[in-house]
Amino acid sequence: MKSNAHAFKARATVALQDIKLQKALANAKSGFVDKRLAAIDALPEFEQLREAACELKDHTLAHLDYYLERFESRVMAHGGHVHWARSPAEARAIVVDLCRRANARRITKGKSMIGEEIAVNEALEAAGFEVVETDLGEYIIQLAKEPPSHIIAPAVHKTRDQITELFHDHHRKYGREERVTEIPDIVNEARQVLREAFLSADVGITGANFLIAETGSTVIVTNEGNGDLTNTLPRVHIVTASIEKVVPTLEDVTTMLRLLARSATGQEMSSYTTFSTGPRRGDDLDGPQEFHVVLVDNGRSRMLGDEFREMLRCIRCGACLNHCPVYSAVGGHAYGWVYAGPMGSVLTPLMVGLAEARNLPNACTLNGRCQEVCPMNIPLPRMLRALRVHEFEERLTPLRMRWGLGVWAFLAKRPRLYHTASAAAIRVLGALGRKRGRFRYLPLAGGWTRARDMPAPGLRTFQSAWRRAHRRQRP
Amino acid sequence: MSNEETKDKRRVGLFVTCLVDLWRPNVGFAAVKLLEDAGCKVEVPRAQTCCGQPAYNSGDLKDTENIARQVIAAFEQFDFVVAPSGSCAAMLKLHYPQLFATDARWQERAQALAERCYELVSFLTDVLGVDNIGARFERTVTYHDSCSGLRELGIHAQPRRLLAGVTGLKLSEMDDANVCCGFGGTFCVKYPDISARMVSDKQENIKASGADTVLGGDLGCLLNIAGRLKRQGSAVKVYHVAEILAEMATFAIAEGEEPT
Repeated sequence: MKSNAHAFKARATVALQDIKLQKALANAKSGFVDKRLAAIDALPEFEQLREAACELKDHTLAHLDYYLERFESRVMAHGGHVHWARSPAEARAIVVDLCRRANARRITKGKSMIGEEIAVNEALEAAGFEVVETDLGEYIIQLAKEPPSHIIAPAVHKTRDQITELFHDHHRKYGREERVTEIPDIVNEARQVLREAFLSADVGITGANFLIAETGSTVIVTNEGNGDLTNTLPRVHIVTASIEKVVPTLEDVTTMLRLLARSATGQEMSSYTTFSTGPRRGDDLDGPQEFHVVLVDNGRSRMLGDEFREMLRCIRCGACLNHCPVYSAVGGHAYGWVYAGPMGSVLTPLMVGLAEARNLPNACTLNGRCQEVCPMNIPLPRMLRALRVHEFEERLTPLRMRWGLGVWAFLAKRPRLYHTASAAAIRVLGALGRKRGRFRYLPLAGGWTRARDMPAPGLRTFQSAWRRAHRRQRP
Repeated sequence: MSNEETKDKRRVGLFVTCLVDLWRPNVGFAAVKLLEDAGCKVEVPRAQTCCGQPAYNSGDLKDTENIARQVIAAFEQFDFVVAPSGSCAAMLKLHYPQLFATDARWQERAQALAERCYELVSFLTDVLGVDNIGARFERTVTYHDSCSGLRELGIHAQPRRLLAGVTGLKLSEMDDANVCCGFGGTFCVKYPDISARMVSDKQENIKASGADTVLGGDLGCLLNIAGRLKRQGSAVKVYHVAEILAEMATFAIAEGEEPT
């Protein structure tokens, strides 16, 4: 997917005025936040679990080569295949080639963020395959030809009315003339349309929430059961996964699972947790004939060695998005690429370049709520600040900002001059604002005064008032 | 706190913060009064300007380091450094030591300062053991938790404990009291539309709380909140918590000589 992250500011402004989007975001926000809190309150050991998971992930990242090779050898031992992709282009080429070799026509997909990251749908469609997203949210946005706006709830930006219209437009070809408006009916209609795709697909592509080095299994966590139909019914199952998804053992996965659903949706566990280990064996009743895992790097091995390493702990729960006041205000599409919210504001500049995505790490008040709720305690505010340091050092900061900052810093480093200059400026401002106590408009502060008044200062700065008082007291 | 304990007076350097210095000196004087009443000797070094966050949060590390050195040098003589702001206190306490990771001498000085640096309200309660100020304020207030104080310094119960001892004051908590108001330092300049949306959410929550006064511990947030309330024609008054505790609530933030 082509990045539009450079246009964040304009997209955010449009999003803020989109009444339907604002309605959808308001509904989603309270639900996610309250449910997570209830789930965590009910688990007194959550904090210990969080520490254990961080240690586990840090250990795995420190020995990532070992665990990936171990995973690969276990997959092969079960009769599966592992493919290594350095870049999205390599990953796309591998997947397209596998589908061609399978003589596939129709491909079903389970929801996966790495699929979005490598833009696999576009590549498959360009190669002539029919691709059907089977997660309800992904299916909705596939019909709408939109990217996901949230990493676990891809269609969270859509209102129910919009979905009704979308289904009405696209499902008439199946003879469904009636508008479905109630949620169970909407779900049911999607289920019936998708059933045909499940039964006729040649290849199923899923992501993976975890890879288990000990067993060579891939794990997906879903709530709709579509993942299971995607990975068991077609002849070929392809798993696309990024390299940091690996954990050492089956037991380690249980630690992560206990954090994931609680942080994401406030569930103790998702409805389905599915382990895929190799293709169908002789006595298996179902399962694919071929099992492939495509491991994607896309800059992650570089992150292992730099200050963004902790970002590789991320388990894609979405808690940082749900608790981010900026995300809640503008929604995911404003961010302009695959990942949104705080985690996206770190990942996007690292994956598509800081020059393209410099707005993302800046569009944050550094309020710290993201790290507070992150089950992996990722220091997101520190990383967002680190990206700003790179931005400043690479001279990507807009000139006006840079100059303003330069003038301010020049004064701030010279206290005597600073106090003289500020006392004079405040005296003027204070006199002007004295009667009303505030300004409706101030030059150079137009952004501020568009939506709020600027409180007026007094006639003296604290420093000058303090000095006067103390001169009088102690001559 | 008993009189005996305060005999040997603690020397406190007041880190005024640039916003209090420029926009609301009354908060600085209220802080001085609270600290003196609690038995401290307060001094205000002239060699301070700002903690450096505008540079730090814009990625300008060189200017940040120079400003940090200036602050450290101006304040290292004191027993304690106290700021009427969680955000600036967190900058001195948590971020200064990180700035000098490759400079052992300054790292040590930054660390020594960090250990003696506190936000005003938490200093009064956690260090000086103050639990009742004996102030009076007969209004219904709601309290906005500023993000840095809350999440970096763990300030949540402390202001509420002191406010519980204020005669006549009724606390009515708002929803999302711990959600950012949209100020964010340079954020409100760089992304005014998003900031405006965040502060209008805050204003709605304040309104719904039924309080007639908003208090908080960081002037940046309070200027933002007061500016929005006034733009909407709200009669709700905004003060820094220190002004209430010190009984120095004169005219409210963004209110002038003319009655509103």
